[in-house]
Amino acid sequence: MTLQEIGASLAGSQGEADTPAKQHLMQIRDLDIHFRSDDGGLARVVDGATLTVGRNEIVGIAGESGSGKTTLVEAILQIVRFPNRETHGQVLFSTRAGKQVDLMQASDREMQRLRLDEISYIPQGSMNSLNPVVRVGDQIVDGMVAHGTNARQAKRRVTELLDRVGLEPKVARLYPHELSGGMKQRVIIAIAISMEPSLIIADEPTTALDVNVQRRIIEMLARLRDEMKVSIVMVSHDMAVHAQLVDRVAIMYAGQIIETGAVRPIVRTPMHPYTFGLMAAIPSIDKPRTRLDGIRGSTPSPRNWPAGCRFHNRCPNAMPICTSVPPLLAPVTPGVRQTVSGEIEVHSGREVACHLYEESTPDDARVGEGAR
Amino acid sequence: MSTETSQPILALREATTVFGHGPRATVANSRVSVEIPESPPTLINVVGESGSGKTTAARTLLGLQKPTSGRALWRGRDIYTLSDSERTQFRHEVQAVFQDPYGIFNPFYKVNRVFDIVVKRFKLASSKAEKQRLIEESLEAVSLRPPDVLGRYPHQLSGGERQRIMLARAYMLKPKVIVADEAISMLDVAVRAVIMNILLDFKEQLGISTLFITHDLSAAHYLGGNIMVMRQGRVVEKGTVDDVLTNPQNTYTKLLLESIPSPDPDSRWKTSASDLEVLEEQAGVSQV
Repeated sequence: MTLQEIGASLAGSQGEADTPAKQHLMQIRDLDIHFRSDDGGLARVVDGATLTVGRNEIVGIAGESGSGKTTLVEAILQIVRFPNRETHGQVLFSTRAGKQVDLMQASDREMQRLRLDEISYIPQGSMNSLNPVVRVGDQIVDGMVAHGTNARQAKRRVTELLDRVGLEPKVARLYPHELSGGMKQRVIIAIAISMEPSLIIADEPTTALDVNVQRRIIEMLARLRDEMKVSIVMVSHDMAVHAQLVDRVAIMYAGQIIETGAVRPIVRTPMHPYTFGLMAAIPSIDKPRTRLDGIRGSTPSPRNWPAGCRFHNRCPNAMPICTSVPPLLAPVTPGVRQTVSGEIEVHSGREVACHLYEESTPDDARVGEGAR
Repeated sequence: MSTETSQPILALREATTVFGHGPRATVANSRVSVEIPESPPTLINVVGESGSGKTTAARTLLGLQKPTSGRALWRGRDIYTLSDSERTQFRHEVQAVFQDPYGIFNPFYKVNRVFDIVVKRFKLASSKAEKQRLIEESLEAVSLRPPDVLGRYPHQLSGGERQRIMLARAYMLKPKVIVADEAISMLDVAVRAVIMNILLDFKEQLGISTLFITHDLSAAHYLGGNIMVMRQGRVVEKGTVDDVLTNPQNTYTKLLLESIPSPDPDSRWKTSASDLEVLEEQAGVSQV
């Protein structure tokens, strides 16, 4: 089959990308998180983020430091009540009871119930936040009791939870300083799953760990997804972690989601020039030793994002339009592209915010096309 | 000095460093030996998990941590018994870049001060114009535009820019060796490549050797040269990057290699979880 033929056969199946709404566990719609400072300046830390998380799906959020990853997931849980914070948009979450709640409008009481019960959060570095003077078993019990579990029942569950995360029952009687980094992270995950939530949000859960421990934690998260039918939002700056764990990934740059879709095509044939640069900058022991380029320039400030496309001043493919008109995140027509290694790959459900992929742009101007 | 081609510029000979004493003593380095030749310029990667003794070895080489036993040598002389003039020369030839580009600057001063102090201390320029020229040349060597960074305060610069300023500072002194301790681990991926490329350019164009400490085997692979794998204060494997990474002899090195996640979703870990467990047991890695 030629590229054109595959493309034509795909055109008919375009509707498949729209999963029925009931399959969505969470829908983030056009979410802005802005901070106003005393001098009247506005830091638009997250701008117009739209992202869906399906049931039993692992969605990754990638991007460099300062791109808004953490602020985005913190807003989902309504845990940052910074003065002068301005939010717009919706985060629709389907509760266990079958109701759809907008987390941006939910009362404090409702949020308190939802946290841990239905949505649990593993903040960055949380393995270092265990109470040093309380045995870890008791710390696992604490959360369950706060959410209405009978204390005796909660205690009985500890062994089972530790087993789920690959720890022996005796660990319950240890103090945090007696545990290795990997074991502490496992305890944190045991707490996160204690109320059997439908969504776990994990912010850089493997970042400070040694590489062999990191592999263990990634494999465990994948296993928990299968065993507990839980959805996971995985925040990480490390594209290799996403490649090994997530189903879909959203790439953030300067407060916006600039590319999203299934992880495989995104890492293999990145379309947005930023994603392309990011993937090209990763050293890998599987790659031949050739000079990596990196991305020129540095991240702009949220108080003063560049006009038009926020990446234009660092973009090797920038066109005149990029300096003035902000590109919108738009679905890319399902189609086929050739990967770097010459294989043909199908693309559907892919969205990119880049003028290069608008109808009027000639094909040969696109990322990587000319270079290959 | 150029006649002594066989003498390394910097070396550890059986350096052992023990913190504390009695039964609770921690052996941070146990008989660690390494040689950094003056020529040809060489990249030596030091890899290992946290707590394996990488930083202690670096601090010993920099003259910051006297070993309990064994020796740390600069041009064959003990680093910890240098005379004042020798010490100045040592400080000129051996430069350091550390992990945290945020903690290294004094927030009250503009970044220019980093350069001013070096110029004054090592008498690098005899006039203001010469100093300015030297600063600009150094910034350009690390692909920074002088007007973008000069006259600014540290908080106005990104982590990658700050780390490049430390490399520009090293460049000014044209050192023989740079000791880079986790110099890229706090930086974004897109910037890491820039920093590693600067070190490669320094080696090729200026003949500067680098001792590159990292927990990231992919970075070591990218830089090439030699590698030394550390674990629990000991050197467990040594060789060229190509040999060690393609044909590791030590079980712990194998375990590390088998654990690296690939950025390609189709390239999953080759060893199964149960084989990995066997490897962990052989390498003496306890429950993780």
